[in-house]
Amino acid sequence: MSDTSDHLDALLGRIPYARYLGMRAELAGDEMTAILPFAPHLIGNPTLPAIHGGVLGAFMEMTALAQISIMQGLTRQPRPIDISVEYLRPARPLTTYARAEIRKIGRRIANVHVEAWQETRASPVTLLRGHFLLSPKED
Amino acid sequence: MSNKTDFPKPSGRGNFDWSPHAQALGFEFVSSQKAWATLKLPFREDLVGDPDAGVIAGGAVTALLDHVCGHAVMMAIDFMTPIATLDLRIDYMRAAEPGLGVFAQAHCYKVTRSIAFVRASAWDKDKDDPLATAQAAFMINSDPGRGGSANPSEPSSSQGAAR
Repeated sequence: MSDTSDHLDALLGRIPYARYLGMRAELAGDEMTAILPFAPHLIGNPTLPAIHGGVLGAFMEMTALAQISIMQGLTRQPRPIDISVEYLRPARPLTTYARAEIRKIGRRIANVHVEAWQETRASPVTLLRGHFLLSPKED
Repeated sequence: MSNKTDFPKPSGRGNFDWSPHAQALGFEFVSSQKAWATLKLPFREDLVGDPDAGVIAGGAVTALLDHVCGHAVMMAIDFMTPIATLDLRIDYMRAAEPGLGVFAQAHCYKVTRSIAFVRASAWDKDKDDPLATAQAAFMINSDPGRGGSANPSEPSSSQGAAR
């Protein structure tokens, strides 16, 4: 396990809400893939059935937070300033994956895009764009 | 697969009792009227985002705002029908107070034949001091066969995050 991988496990393991959703993440080099296995409590619409839109927003938001944290080696979480979520297709009761791309990172603000998909990477179910406030490194 | 008759009759509680995730997070119904809805997310330790701060996760507030916006759409149209979130924009003004639950109120201020527009805000202690605001658009009355999916293997009854 690399330091980055340990850092990622520690980060997600310390967020109760990430554990509640059942979210985890894997690293391939510096590329992180966040994974949300399907669970019945994630359903928003039981007749389709489809995963709740808010779950996907939260999952992608935490994917962005985790990506910023491992890139910057932050010990405190960045804080979301604004996010915009686009829903392209219903998310079916399957495992959902997400990857975050940091488009710009400055001293205080990061701009991040996230894509979430299920069976087909080229057919994302949801997209997120957001700005995040970086917390200063601990003294 | 689903059709419209699968959906419950409209009521003031909208889709509140009907969504497993809303129940799992413990959303509480507060009030509703024509085109308006108010819900509460009570504080719970397992919904905390930053353990150092002990406040409800931004993501849980995201789920609450998404849900209350959908509820307001249900209250604006007079029949229960599948609706799908097209986009949701959230501005986070501040963190919630440690240990406090979060209220959210949404107003569906415009409905066209196929789209509903909604604004919402979330607060903990004072409605005039919101911790987040949201703006959302929903597709409504999404007929089977009119979905925007390019993949024919996917359900075509709706586009976006159907709820």
